[in-house]
Amino acid sequence: MQRSFLLYLIITIVGIVFIGRLFQLQIIRGANYDPIHNSAVKITYDYPERGYIYDRNNKLIVANQLSYDVMIQPNQIKNLDTLEFCSLLKIDKEDFLKRLQKAKNYATYLPSVFLKQLAKDDFAFLQEKLHKYHGFFIQKRIIRKYPINAAANVLGYLGEVNQSLAKKSDYYQAGELIGKDGIEKQYEHLLRGKKGKKYLQRNNLNKVTGSYKGGQLDTLPTHGKDLTLTLDIDLQVYAQKLMSGKRGGIVAIEPSSGEILALVTAPSYDPNLLVGRKRSKNSVLLFNDSISRPAYDRSLLAAYPPGSPFKMMNALIGLQEEVINEQSKFYCHHGYRYGAKSTDFMGCHCGIFSRPVDLTSAIARSCNSYFSNTYKRIVEHNNNPSEGVDQWHDHAASFGFGNYLGYDLPAGSPGFIPQGKYYDNSYKYSWNGSTTISNAIGQGEVLTTPIQLANFTAAIANRGFFYTPHILKKIDQEPIKNPKYTEPHKTSIDKQYFTPVIEAMEEVFKTGTGKYNQVEGIDICGKTGTSENFIRRNGVKIQLPDHSILVAFAPKENPKIAIAIFVENGGYGSTIAAPITSLLIEKYLNGSISEKDKPREQRMLDLSLQDIYDQLIQKPQEIASGTK
Amino acid sequence: MRQERNNIFAGIDWILVFLFFTLIGFGWMNIYAASKSDEQFELFNFSTKYGKQFIFILLTIPLAILILFFNSKFYEKFASIFYVVSLLSLIGLFIFGKEINGARSWYNFGVLGLQPSEFVKAFTALAVAKLLTDRQYNLKLLKNQIKAFIIIFTPALLITLQPDAGSALIYLAFFFVLNREGLTLNYILFGSLAIIIFILSILFGYLWVLCAILILLTIITLYITYKGGKGFLRFNWHYILIAYSIVTLFIFGTNFTYNNIFKQHHRDRFEVLLGLKTDNKNIGYNSYQSELTISSGGLSGKGFLNGDITKGNFVPEQHTDYIFSTVGEEWGFIGSILVIILFMLMLYRIIYLSETHSNKFGRIYGYGVASILLFHVIVNIGMVIGLLPTVGIPLPFFSYGGSSLWGFTILLFIFIRLDAHKKYDW
Repeated sequence: MQRSFLLYLIITIVGIVFIGRLFQLQIIRGANYDPIHNSAVKITYDYPERGYIYDRNNKLIVANQLSYDVMIQPNQIKNLDTLEFCSLLKIDKEDFLKRLQKAKNYATYLPSVFLKQLAKDDFAFLQEKLHKYHGFFIQKRIIRKYPINAAANVLGYLGEVNQSLAKKSDYYQAGELIGKDGIEKQYEHLLRGKKGKKYLQRNNLNKVTGSYKGGQLDTLPTHGKDLTLTLDIDLQVYAQKLMSGKRGGIVAIEPSSGEILALVTAPSYDPNLLVGRKRSKNSVLLFNDSISRPAYDRSLLAAYPPGSPFKMMNALIGLQEEVINEQSKFYCHHGYRYGAKSTDFMGCHCGIFSRPVDLTSAIARSCNSYFSNTYKRIVEHNNNPSEGVDQWHDHAASFGFGNYLGYDLPAGSPGFIPQGKYYDNSYKYSWNGSTTISNAIGQGEVLTTPIQLANFTAAIANRGFFYTPHILKKIDQEPIKNPKYTEPHKTSIDKQYFTPVIEAMEEVFKTGTGKYNQVEGIDICGKTGTSENFIRRNGVKIQLPDHSILVAFAPKENPKIAIAIFVENGGYGSTIAAPITSLLIEKYLNGSISEKDKPREQRMLDLSLQDIYDQLIQKPQEIASGTK
Repeated sequence: MRQERNNIFAGIDWILVFLFFTLIGFGWMNIYAASKSDEQFELFNFSTKYGKQFIFILLTIPLAILILFFNSKFYEKFASIFYVVSLLSLIGLFIFGKEINGARSWYNFGVLGLQPSEFVKAFTALAVAKLLTDRQYNLKLLKNQIKAFIIIFTPALLITLQPDAGSALIYLAFFFVLNREGLTLNYILFGSLAIIIFILSILFGYLWVLCAILILLTIITLYITYKGGKGFLRFNWHYILIAYSIVTLFIFGTNFTYNNIFKQHHRDRFEVLLGLKTDNKNIGYNSYQSELTISSGGLSGKGFLNGDITKGNFVPEQHTDYIFSTVGEEWGFIGSILVIILFMLMLYRIIYLSETHSNKFGRIYGYGVASILLFHVIVNIGMVIGLLPTVGIPLPFFSYGGSSLWGFTILLFIFIRLDAHKKYDW
């Protein structure tokens, strides 16, 4: 063997090994190489202005404002007069050192936020002096501004994108702003616009040395879209004012379109509280208040027993199933006896005993007996209560009860309408209409949210159909075209059966439970309700003051507004819910409150249920002693 | 002879010259890419790396001509002098040398620093050639082997003391030369075996490896005994015992060296390379960045001056030891294998030409040149592409640096000179 062979062989082997390794690195591994997301390319963002929000009359309700963050880059700090700087920023030295340490822990050679969202005045003052402080500079941010203190529950708020979301998302970076609730969350993709991207060449010291590929990949930001809501902000403000001192929800809908005119929850809060430097402090106060729950949208989320307004549902089902007709009459013996035991008796306050009650007076005077009979017939007319309840459920479901309505807000509750199977499971032995008789008067298992009730009222006003309630009217002044909100949904009740019910609802405000709350010149059709509610405390069931409920629409012909209102522990429907409703209808249809109705307005504004709410809270000593 | 005197270019191998300038030219482009900043392009600016290197490259031309100017006999005759002078230059470092990064490897002349170890390689090759040229010289004799080893390892020792173990490692390349001239292959085989055992004992734990090898030795002994009869054991028992002891001592010795004499950063380099540790930030940062940079080039690369990782200076020492990663990023797979092929061609060519020498001196020197270049290429590119541990030696003709460039120029052009002369030499 020639001795030169060894070197030739080694050179060849080395060549092959190297080329093989390069193949592995450059061809196989190189195929997965991401040219942009590596340490040599820095991506910076240009944030567009977030879209404005207007009400249905083009009143600005959400705008933007600039805020100023003080940024820090610890390695550039020199000759710092700490005391002077602290007094400038209005922080104490301890706080200053804490923040400085936090920034240093993050990175000494990278900028980070030192002090968030300075007030405008502080900024103006600081700006003149800041050049003296090396290592500190100002960064502008765009934050929200709410010219009108209302509708916080509808508008929602902005929050920072957290790490876990940023990891999942291919759009957001941690620390950016994102809609967290309400409109801001629902229409985030429209409001945010599209941020511009700049790709920069970066070196190993994290210093930007120029644009990446001459900026050919860079994009410009796109302005967020302006939204117009269906909300009437004046009505909203007025409704919130009327609800002060009370808890509950109001939903007002335009029946002819399904547009939500007002969506009130009480208590609420000033949306400006969740903007700026005091945001974190305020959010703790708002979100941790588990007693009055200002951040809980009762109009969408709170499922209450609907009480008497649900009697109209039973009347409509009875008429449709032909178990009653317009002429049907029942006797009321101060109530309805549904069982053999002495306690199996449902009382009634309709006050009609000498003669049988007809449908109109049954609704107008809210007769429990009438609807107990009707409900029993609905459930039992084909001798199968389970099927009967199913039928009854399906009719109710066609009005949007028992499920999410599909409106365009991120919060919601399905409420509850039981089906036959539900009772089959809960009762070991046979059951029938009498067993579930509470459903006749909207108590028992039935639960509805205020917006479901408002939608139900709108469907009655429309005589058999409704549009899915929605809050968005226009995008950049273009009316929405989503068929989900622009096409009507038919209910399972035929049109002719609505006439007697509407007549009766008109009677409610003329002669019935709502007669003291008429508005001159407006035909209000409505139904009051008083819903019993119980809680268990230390294992004892106790009854709380009733919820005051009312649904109404007006005017009778060509209805413009349908309202549902719920006032927690407000007592009879006629005492609180009815006056508020009539005031709202008057305000919306007439634009103002007449002199004659001013006392009613004043009475409602002054009325506070705080004393009652305070009584509901179990006192600490009671908890300690274990008594109720 | 007359003809040769009149024309210094007569008979020189233009293929090698072409490969030399191609590598240097391409190398400079990559140094430019790796070291350029936003400032204006100035070729003759001594304050920029690429400008300095450009001047170094220009100076190789008079240097090459100067080398070609001398008769090949001159190099043979004065080989010993060169060798002694170069040894003195290494010793002088301990007195006059400038300490950079903890090593006294440099003489400082103002703007210019010279690293003698880069030149000593060429002169050691001359000295080895001179020693082995003697017709009576038989490398099978241990005495002669030791003589050769002294010549080779004296400069290596001096360089290790600087300390610059990486550069000293190169002197192992001379084993190929000695092997060509009759030294038994066993040195290389045993050396390789030792390295393999060393790596295995880091990977799997030294006790396991020791057990495995002792068992293997026992099986081999039993097999031979079985085949060759009991006589084998009777006459060779001492060899077998020696083999056992050597293996045991070696493994314990390396283990001790590894854990007690090696510094932590040496151990880390090995462990990162062998995949026992993942560390992309500290010890493994160089290799990780370098591999990433090369991978990012893909098939055809990002294009000249478009390597964003190169531009961001993410790979440390990219213009010197890690210059090949720039090739990988900007010229891709195609450019990288082109460089490797150029080196292979150059090495093939040198060996081929050496074998045609009738003059033993030229042949041995040629082997020295090829072995040194090969060793540099293996260690440097192997490190950059993550196959070998980090050892800071330059890539011939490519890496930034005047000393290494001139050292390799001298190394190569003396060979070209000797080669040009062979036609006239009988």
